[in-house]
Amino acid sequence: MTTALRTTGLTVRYRRRRALHDCSLALPAGRVAALVGPNGAGKTTLLHTVAGLLAPDAGEVAVAGEVAFMAQDKPLYDTFTVAETLTFGRRLNPGWDDAYATARLAGLGIPPDRRVSRLSGGQQTQVALTVALARRPDLLVLDEPLADLDPLARHDVMRSLMVAVAERPLTVLISSHVVADLRDTCDWLIVLNQGRVQVSGDIDDLLAEHLVLTGPAGSAGGPAGARVVESSLTDRRTRLLVRGAPAPDPRWSARPADLEELVMAYLRSPEAAALPAPRGVSA
Amino acid sequence: MMIEFHLDRGSGVATYLQLVHQVKRALRLGTLRPGDRLPTAREVVDALAINPNTVLKAYRELEREGLVEGRPGLGTFVQRSIGGARLADHTALRRSLEAWVRQARAAGLDRDDMETLFAMAVAGSPREGTA
Repeated sequence: MTTALRTTGLTVRYRRRRALHDCSLALPAGRVAALVGPNGAGKTTLLHTVAGLLAPDAGEVAVAGEVAFMAQDKPLYDTFTVAETLTFGRRLNPGWDDAYATARLAGLGIPPDRRVSRLSGGQQTQVALTVALARRPDLLVLDEPLADLDPLARHDVMRSLMVAVAERPLTVLISSHVVADLRDTCDWLIVLNQGRVQVSGDIDDLLAEHLVLTGPAGSAGGPAGARVVESSLTDRRTRLLVRGAPAPDPRWSARPADLEELVMAYLRSPEAAALPAPRGVSA
Repeated sequence: MMIEFHLDRGSGVATYLQLVHQVKRALRLGTLRPGDRLPTAREVVDALAINPNTVLKAYRELEREGLVEGRPGLGTFVQRSIGGARLADHTALRRSLEAWVRQARAAGLDRDDMETLFAMAVAGSPREGTA
């Protein structure tokens, strides 16, 4: 499995504030990775560093091949028509695939002679995404592409992005603060919290190794063998999100964690981490 | 297309497993037969808006179980059916079951009642004679 993106010890400071601190992660090629975290966690800073728009104060970014970046405030010119936008993209990008761009927009039913300002939010996102894809990148980096879209447009954008991934080798890194939008479309999860990488891994593997346990009050440590990520207590019960398989214990009932619960548990416990073991060291 | 996948997003069952189950069900019912081509990852993705790796994972699982075979550049093809004979061929059994359903309806049972009774009968049959 080749690595599409690797960051090592990435640190970025804005004046005295540290936006990213010692971020190391490796994303295998062909994955669709969700970058999630609260506002101010450093998501946009990380994406800008990966896209080469921002030089880190320390650490390195290594990308295998070409990167295309789509900023959150879709970089389109309102007065251009869709066709003029493509012409602009062709002039700026040597590896531009015009046949692909034209066919993609035709398939989406977006008229070439329409001005960008007259398109819906979903259509503007599709045009910006088409411009990014027509550059034939190996790594596509999308900063909050769904932020200002209604649920139907979000679904359509993600569907057409998944088709692009199915059509050719492409790794995608997509930031969002809405986990539900990413459940069926992403297969890799990166949780960024307070400038640190807290979780990075295959989503199915992460879900398989985390459980929600419910048990008696006053037992926040949980059953033997469980590493507690987050605990919440009420008068009568203790609810734990744990990593690893606990020893069977009749006082505790267990069920699989869903993606949203997993993300929330880590965000509420910034000191917890689920990261791959260093290479060459087995757990 | 021989099979059209659908998703139950609230079921809690992993998406790739839902696809695996639907192929197996189609193999049991005989709506998918040896030699049939499964839809390409792109076709499934376009219909369901899911990650293509999820489709490939489901197909790998089916291939591991010897039910389908991936032929590079051509697609993924059904290798064998499940259960020896196809269910659709069990005409006599289906007829008697249909007669039973008519009787049950006449006795005032609804669909849930019938499914519960049927599940009890299936679960109880290996222990026949011990009751």
